[in-house]
Amino acid sequence: MRRRTGRLLSGIALVTSVALGATACGGSDDDSGTKAVSAADVEAALDKGGSITVWSWEPTLKTVAADFHKKYPKVKVNLVSERSGDKHYTALSNAISAGKGVPDVAQLEYFSMGQYALTKGLTDLSGFGAGKLAAKYTPGPWNAVTEGDKVYGLPMDSGPMALFYNKKVFDKYKITVPTTWDEYLDAARKLHKADPKAYIANDTGDAGFTTSLLWQAGSRPYKVDGTKVKIDFQDAGAKKFTDVWQKLIDEKLLAPVTSWTDDWYKGLGDGSIATLSTGAWMPANFESGVPNASGQWRAAALPAWAEGDKASAENGGSALTVPALAKNKELAYAFVEYANSGAGVASRVSEGAFPATKAELKSTEFLNKKFSYFDGQKANEIFAASAANVADDWSYLPFQAYANSIFNDTVGKAYISGTRLPDGLKAWQDASVKYGKEQGFTVEQ
Amino acid sequence: MTTLHPPAAAEPRPAPPPARRDRRSWKGWGFIGPFVAVFALVFLAPIAYSIYLSLFRDQLIGGNTFVGLDNYQQALKDDLFWASLGRVALFLVVQVPIMLGIALLVALALDSGRLYGKSFFRITIFLPYAVPAVVATLMWGFMYGTKYGLVGDFNSAFGWSLPDPLSADLVLASIGNIVTWEFVGYNMLIFYSALRVVPHSLYEAAEIDGAGQWRVITAIKLPAIRGALMIATIFSIIGSFQLFNEPSILRPLARNAITTDYTPNFYTYSLSFSGQQHNYSATVAIIMGLITMVVAYLVQLRGMRKGA
Repeated sequence: MRRRTGRLLSGIALVTSVALGATACGGSDDDSGTKAVSAADVEAALDKGGSITVWSWEPTLKTVAADFHKKYPKVKVNLVSERSGDKHYTALSNAISAGKGVPDVAQLEYFSMGQYALTKGLTDLSGFGAGKLAAKYTPGPWNAVTEGDKVYGLPMDSGPMALFYNKKVFDKYKITVPTTWDEYLDAARKLHKADPKAYIANDTGDAGFTTSLLWQAGSRPYKVDGTKVKIDFQDAGAKKFTDVWQKLIDEKLLAPVTSWTDDWYKGLGDGSIATLSTGAWMPANFESGVPNASGQWRAAALPAWAEGDKASAENGGSALTVPALAKNKELAYAFVEYANSGAGVASRVSEGAFPATKAELKSTEFLNKKFSYFDGQKANEIFAASAANVADDWSYLPFQAYANSIFNDTVGKAYISGTRLPDGLKAWQDASVKYGKEQGFTVEQ
Repeated sequence: MTTLHPPAAAEPRPAPPPARRDRRSWKGWGFIGPFVAVFALVFLAPIAYSIYLSLFRDQLIGGNTFVGLDNYQQALKDDLFWASLGRVALFLVVQVPIMLGIALLVALALDSGRLYGKSFFRITIFLPYAVPAVVATLMWGFMYGTKYGLVGDFNSAFGWSLPDPLSADLVLASIGNIVTWEFVGYNMLIFYSALRVVPHSLYEAAEIDGAGQWRVITAIKLPAIRGALMIATIFSIIGSFQLFNEPSILRPLARNAITTDYTPNFYTYSLSFSGQQHNYSATVAIIMGLITMVVAYLVQLRGMRKGA
């Protein structure tokens, strides 16, 4: 962390000094991450062997771990994949606090990276040569794993957004695929009028989804500069989103079904939920979760906020990181590099992962892949175009996981009562500001 | 020599008593030691640790600092905390009388001796208490579903449009319904066992005096089980203030209606587990514990004054 700029250093030095005495993050081990580690050091470590623990729920890593072990027989990879989401983060935070049982490699979703980087929970991998890999990745994911010239992980996958729609339902009611959100609103009205049981989409308030659409609409509610944070949901982009979405809510055009529930899978399968705007990692979930609707769904570009506007956004996606307290950093980095930059990428893509690497996104084999679930559609062409158009400059809060946890307490009110969406967003902003201040950030509104 | 002996022997005599006293006190510790150790470990230590935690503040930026009573000041001004307390207070005032009323009614009916299949009813009514709260809540959550649940089935089968039990307006009542279902049997059993020990001679005397069933209930049975009523009330007050399982399990079904600060316990849970604000969470828990103690104590005082 030698290259950290003075501004950040002064902000964060305090953390370390106090954290040493108390609980936080084991800043003491921090120096080992800053040493420039040559490729030879990593090779030597691989020859010497050892074992590393990897905490990740990414299913495609199983094959990668086996291949890695085959290539470097002396390195044993212990893949722990039972935990995901909140449970994963709680376990990781607890291990870091305790200074014991910290994995050598941990999966982090992009929105949570800021928090762990800021509290010095992660190893800066630029010293291992990760900085040279920048050109390999698409800008969105790369932006999410870096801070200045520090690299806190290598992108594993990405979630450029697309519109998935049930073609059978669209054909039945002669609805054309919307290219703008205004057309989407019209389609929603037309569909619900034709079949009162059918809805254009489900939404009961989802922080990840809302922030992604704000991202696409050009809103930049979060500005993060070290420990200085600005939160503001009152920009023009946010207004574009709330104008359309408020109408969808008011006219009861959204199915009151929460994503990832049984009701949701049923709705996606029986045509009562006709579209889904989400990340390009969705097809594998369609296949496993909604097998009965195979052949009915198609992918299309995410509707735009203005005619001809191509801006897209990311939804989800994660990176592999090396915690600051990892015991075997050389081996950990070797594994991360193998999985997310080396031979692992091809193997993961073949198993259905959506890559964050430019080469794979451009390869004709990838682009020409026919999805049998989408009746032979070459959906990757659409996803790759979306990936290329992800709007830049977006950032999440350094405490996004907490902010997301109170989204339904605040914005959620707009879905069940007379609260207006902009007011809900304002309440979310206020609660996030309050928390940020309590955590010692300098917060502007 | 012999004459000298007694004083010589007497001289060391005063010494043994303190020695013996010492030995005696150590023996005493030997007996209560195991209890004191366990008591300190499982009761005093967690409370002391919570109080210790509540005097600090651990921030993402700035680390852990001693803040004195700042957390308490913050909690007393915290709208979310007071709103959650108001919610459980409303719950307490409405749900507890209903639940205890039903339990009392059932206990009196069972005790009246006029019921056929008494033990069958006793077991059946008690049965919900044996169902783990988590399972019970999941079950009710399914029944409350307006789309694929029982309410939804009724709606589509009979063409009704029943209101959504998980909507913001009704969800507290729906939780009250679950809790009532779970605990009527438990309270009934407390009342019923208290009624069983009322001496039979009292009923005979009442019969000789020509008292009717109603008179027997008000003049003999209710005064006799005042203690049991008191205990059940205090347990219910504590239970209401600690409401957590039901809202937290129903939340995935009603994420917008049940907030993460729905009840004081849920609030402390969210503060601690999603906000990493362990110190503030401990503070809220301590304040909530004090409020619960005070309310339970006041109710007990009032109950005893009536008895006297």
